[in-house]
Amino acid sequence: MSRNWLTSATTTAATAMTALLIGLGSAQAADGKLVVGFSQIGSESGWRAAETKTAKAEAQKRGIDLKISDAQQKQENQIKAVRSFVAQGVDAIFIAPVVATGWDAVLKEAKEAKIPVVLLDRQIDTKDQSLYMTAVTSDTVHEGRVAGEWLAKQTGGKCAVVELQGTVGSSPAINRKKGFDEVVAKTPGMTIIRTQSGDFTRAKGKEVMESFIKAEDGGKRICAVYAHNDDMAVGAIQAIKEAGLKPGKDILVVSIDGVPDIFKAMAEGEANATVELTPNMAGPAYDALVAFKKDGKAPPKWIKTESALFTPDTAKAEYERRKDAY
Amino acid sequence: MTLPLSGPPPGLRRTGLLRSLPQYGALAAVLLANWLLFPDFFSIRLQDGRLFGSLIDVLNRGAPVALLAIGMTMVIATRGIDLSVGAVMAIAGAVAATMTQAGWGLPAVLAASLGAGLLCGLWNGLLVALLRIQPIIATLILMVAGRGVAQLITEGQIVTFVSPGLAAIGSGSFLTVPMPVVITAALLAVTALLVRATALGLMIEAVGVNRLSSAGAGVNTPVVLVAVYVWCGLCAAVAGVIVTADIRGADVNNAGLWLELDAILAVVIGGTSLLGGRFGLLLSVVGAAIIQAMNTGILLSGFKPEFNLIVKAAVLLAVLLLQSPVLTLLLPRPKGARPVSAPLKPAIQPAKRESGSVKP
Repeated sequence: MSRNWLTSATTTAATAMTALLIGLGSAQAADGKLVVGFSQIGSESGWRAAETKTAKAEAQKRGIDLKISDAQQKQENQIKAVRSFVAQGVDAIFIAPVVATGWDAVLKEAKEAKIPVVLLDRQIDTKDQSLYMTAVTSDTVHEGRVAGEWLAKQTGGKCAVVELQGTVGSSPAINRKKGFDEVVAKTPGMTIIRTQSGDFTRAKGKEVMESFIKAEDGGKRICAVYAHNDDMAVGAIQAIKEAGLKPGKDILVVSIDGVPDIFKAMAEGEANATVELTPNMAGPAYDALVAFKKDGKAPPKWIKTESALFTPDTAKAEYERRKDAY
Repeated sequence: MTLPLSGPPPGLRRTGLLRSLPQYGALAAVLLANWLLFPDFFSIRLQDGRLFGSLIDVLNRGAPVALLAIGMTMVIATRGIDLSVGAVMAIAGAVAATMTQAGWGLPAVLAASLGAGLLCGLWNGLLVALLRIQPIIATLILMVAGRGVAQLITEGQIVTFVSPGLAAIGSGSFLTVPMPVVITAALLAVTALLVRATALGLMIEAVGVNRLSSAGAGVNTPVVLVAVYVWCGLCAAVAGVIVTADIRGADVNNAGLWLELDAILAVVIGGTSLLGGRFGLLLSVVGAAIIQAMNTGILLSGFKPEFNLIVKAAVLLAVLLLQSPVLTLLLPRPKGARPVSAPLKPAIQPAKRESGSVKP
């Protein structure tokens, strides 16, 4: 009992100290600028790094003071960061939640302090929707649909597709498959002849594509490959080349994410289309926040980012534009 | 090729061959199953001067785990284990890709990335041999930290490069045989020579059976231990360079991820006991081939990806059951042959007996 008390007292003291230190360190909104605290997951992928970079650039554009806290893939660090943002009295808190559950307590603290919370890139599981103002994420089902519709149009609705799925059970893999399957279901000439998991990685994408090519008569029966992310597509392109076929011509390549390397492949004529998962999640969030602060109008609960499709015509320029952001 | 590598004294050779029956039988069974699922499994043709076919895929894709298994066999024979090999792969790949991108030539790139592997092995070896930290913990440190080191090298990005020379190591060929297969065969031959043509293999087994008594018998145990971990680090680095060269990029978050477990599995399927002592290099490579034949078979079969792990587990269970000493005792055994439970007994009986006389 007393031990528990001691621990919690220490934690409280430590939290207060951290808050005090951060509070002292910030010239909090002295010039009337909006101050936003952003608890970022970490930097587990190139995309994540691009998201952070874009958040900074977009903040600068709007004259917003952005404070970023890197959680190193740990929820406890994110919770600590949110508490210290509350203690600092920032104008808004952005969270890219590392996991979906366990946010209610800390978000209540933010709500009591009347600080609006915006979720970036991922949703959370909570019964109380009032705990956050809005969530800015992509619609992953829609991404799959956009890829499927492009392919149906490109091939006149006749295409035998092999699919490289993401990690089994992950939500982008489930949703990107669902969206694509919707298009396949309503396009009679389009079929998925093989589907396997490539774990979202280049190496597995290549290995799985190698076996698809062998299983489908040296790749002759394959019209297109649909990969749930660009990295697997990059691996698949190599497998197609090593089988003596031309990626982008003999076998069409369509994927999702819009990372720089796929634009490079498109510029070289080896890939045909990608659906962008924009790293600019913070931009729409800032806009919603500014509007909210101005006239108190709450944004919709879900702000969907655009799932834009890119093709080889613009690939070279897009590659140049992106290669430094990632 | 089996006989010199499986290594028991001449009188036991017949049983040595018999002992490896489960492994060869399992490999044959998995290949046969693949052929039934996919009739073109054994068809091979030339594509751009390189052998092309599903069987070649098995060898080519199995090469990294086979390389890891070669190093891991040595370590396990000393009653150790190396959990860091996957992370070492990531480090070696990161070094290779980053240096190539920075404009270094192929010899420097290879020297640096293999050197990184040797250093990692040396670190593990020193922890185990000199500080006497238990191998599973000692190598766990590098397993966790190593991927971080690799991420620091690449700054968390997938570092891609354009270098025909380096790429050839991953997807080139030598006399039509894919380069990874050639490299694996070469490393297997060199390792086999090192341990079987010299007394090194005997010393490794002696350390594995009883470290204290082999030290008493005059084996320089710290040197043997450091040597096996260094060799294991080198094997992992070679695997890391191959994987990186193959996709022309260092994907440090995923390169070699969980492959340490596949490598340990390959060694165990190959019949080398985790308790140390007698080891079979070639059989570990056969173990790696069994694992990969299974992976390729699953990909060719058209099963839903949700079944991958279950199918794999079921096949592995079958292979290991074949080797279970309890179950094999129940099977009728050929006339004159010793019970197949032999693998359980350490090969070097004398070392064990000496332990009594050496004790102070």
